[in-house]
Amino acid sequence: MDRRKSIKSIILGSVAGGLVVHGCTPGTESSEVAESISKDENYFGRTPEELELIEELNAEEFLNEHELATITVLSILILPPNENGGPVEAGVPEFIEFMAKDIPELQTTLRGGLMWLDHKSNTEFGTEFKSTPEEQQKQLLDTIAFYDAEIPMDEQPLEIQFFNLIRNLTLSGYYTSKVGIKDLGYKGNMPNIWDGVPDDVLKQHGMAYEEEWLAKCIDQSKRADIAVWDDKGNLLT
Amino acid sequence: MQIKESTIEYDAIIVGSGAGGGMSAKVLADSGLKIAVVEAGPYFDPKDPKQMTQLKWPYESPRRGAGTTRAFGEFDMAYGGWQIEGEPYTHKDNTKFDWFRSHMLGGRTNHWGRISLRFGPYDFKHKDVDGLGDNWPIGYEDVKPYYDKVDKLIGVFGTNEGLPNDPDGFFLPPPKPRLHELFYIKGARKLDIPVIPSRMSMLTKKINEDRGVCFYCGQCSRACQVYADFSSGSCLIFPAQKSGGQVDLYVNSVVREVTTNEDGKATGVSYINKEDRKEYKLRAKVVVLAASACSSARILMNSKSKQHPNGLGNSSNMVGKYLHDSTGSSRAGFIPGLMNRKMYNEDGVGGMHVYTPWWLDNKKLDFPRGYHIEVWGGMGMPNYGFGMNPNEFNKFFGLPTGGYGAGLRDDVKKYYGSVLGFGGRGESIAREDNYCEIDPTTVDEFGIPVLRFHYKWSDFERNQARHMQATFEELIHSMGGEPLGDTPTKEQDYGLLNPGQIIHEVGTTRMGDDPKKSVVNKYQQLHDVNNVFITDAGPFVSQADKNCTWTILALSWRASDYIVEQLKQQNI
Repeated sequence: MDRRKSIKSIILGSVAGGLVVHGCTPGTESSEVAESISKDENYFGRTPEELELIEELNAEEFLNEHELATITVLSILILPPNENGGPVEAGVPEFIEFMAKDIPELQTTLRGGLMWLDHKSNTEFGTEFKSTPEEQQKQLLDTIAFYDAEIPMDEQPLEIQFFNLIRNLTLSGYYTSKVGIKDLGYKGNMPNIWDGVPDDVLKQHGMAYEEEWLAKCIDQSKRADIAVWDDKGNLLT
Repeated sequence: MQIKESTIEYDAIIVGSGAGGGMSAKVLADSGLKIAVVEAGPYFDPKDPKQMTQLKWPYESPRRGAGTTRAFGEFDMAYGGWQIEGEPYTHKDNTKFDWFRSHMLGGRTNHWGRISLRFGPYDFKHKDVDGLGDNWPIGYEDVKPYYDKVDKLIGVFGTNEGLPNDPDGFFLPPPKPRLHELFYIKGARKLDIPVIPSRMSMLTKKINEDRGVCFYCGQCSRACQVYADFSSGSCLIFPAQKSGGQVDLYVNSVVREVTTNEDGKATGVSYINKEDRKEYKLRAKVVVLAASACSSARILMNSKSKQHPNGLGNSSNMVGKYLHDSTGSSRAGFIPGLMNRKMYNEDGVGGMHVYTPWWLDNKKLDFPRGYHIEVWGGMGMPNYGFGMNPNEFNKFFGLPTGGYGAGLRDDVKKYYGSVLGFGGRGESIAREDNYCEIDPTTVDEFGIPVLRFHYKWSDFERNQARHMQATFEELIHSMGGEPLGDTPTKEQDYGLLNPGQIIHEVGTTRMGDDPKKSVVNKYQQLHDVNNVFITDAGPFVSQADKNCTWTILALSWRASDYIVEQLKQQNI
């Protein structure tokens, strides 16, 4: 079994208490260690007060059904699904609903922007945004989707600020989700042994390690040997 | 209602459980003394699955890691922040000071950056070099044996470089640089700016059987469940309990004042139990304050009695004075050479693998003292904020910014890991007119008068920040990059952060030989009352451009050895 996969299956399993996990860095066959790692997926480190706040926010409703449906349509236009899913699989609409309650400063731009969008769609196409054909939706978005990076966002027109906010929340919601992290290809957040940048990456970016520097660094095959120094601070083990 | 008084008399009460309090607890308990540790926040153990945030994914929380309830993101391991409900602080004359508090066992050591730098020989005697501030009454040679012991007890990686003011030590080997750090090394060398392996207290190698070895998740700010980084609970307090020490922990207990007798000597402390909101008293032969520089000063100033009308240890009127924080200024750059990354796990240790110690001669500069450069970057775990402004850097290529559709996925991947950032952390000059005092108009929810701050930066610090910004821009250009944002202007203090922001509060109970100009002697014992000691950063006379924790630990050990000796000799 691929050792990397075995780590993942153990870490993602719902377990509390000591567990022995073997980790190794891809490409360094000899450096193998055991660590006692535990993780309990029933908790995510909230204090009782923080849990209470989350429950309170969950009990509130900010976006109505129509607004939530419009946000869903918008988020899919912003980030169309691929084989790793899209905003719906990533829980983006629920995330936006939660964040609007968690950071109330977002509310007016969000709600006002949605009203603006429906007004514009009604004026131009005679229907509200979510029911307009995709071609017309895009035609409308093309007028508000781009911004001038030289001007501070809060000095740009409301509709541009609004779309920027929806785009940001959609992307952040997606890339912090399980499907989004998979799509991104982020490899960390699991026990491993860092033993330097892979050679092909060094080559790709035109970088190299200096022997003199590497000589100072940890020899990962000795990480489990208890440190002993001489009187001058030279490491002996 | 009457205050409930304990019948036990401890050898020592330690107020606060962070670096200073933890070390005092360890040294005193290991000497066989019976001690009480009083902590304002709850019990915390990094390996408790209910409290743990290490290895959590952003999607385990509905806010995906946003910093709504915790200033540095919701997985950061500090209970508290810049503001704590019911526990305000105020400011005088529209000055600014941002005060970060973490109320939990281990205090701020649970989330700190673990940058573990010794002060050097000049740092203790800097007045001799430039005539500014004051010298410490002790020198590097007094502290060196304790730095050595701290290195071995707690563990710190780094390298012996033989630098004159960044002393060698007993280091574990550092981890190899990451890709962005290789870019930094190369870019800095072109400018003759030195770069060396960083010095941080994570275990890259085993140091004993009680603590694990780093497994490179990069999440030291979340506190490590295998105790591979330094936190006061896991490295000092738990071992003190485990080795048979007589340690009583009082958590959720907010100390109001040090109590004294007719002779003016300390008899213990009074505290408010947060759970029943009642006041209690504990008795001891010695009181050790380690509640943080500002909190300990507050306790002293609130400990008024007939014998100590100006507050305890404050006959000099120096308590609260000379408050100083590190200077700080930050900048980030976009580095095209770091675009289009291949994916691999480069979490590494939490924070930087390399850094730049202060390297210049002040004679050629318009500010005294120096700063070191911290570096960040890499393909970190996505959290709230990730993916926002996904193609902002298109502006550097004359391409449109914004848009929608499948192309945004390519933008996110293309730019992932292409930002590198710098933090300059420097030394400010301690000044008597930067201080905290008791605000007579305000109490916290426990009825305890709160602190009022008065703090102004001078041109020394502003010029230092200007130099940082100029250096960062040169470095970014040297790496082939573009600085992000505009160069901070004079009106913006050149990007100098508010005092307090670097969370290195020191100096409020400073050390000295002259009882008229200082609060504690060179053993961190109050000049006015011989059975009260301070082992947080309050006694610092100056703080170098080095982060303060390693020196807090060394000095706390030194002061605690002195307490043991003085108790044995029945001097206190």
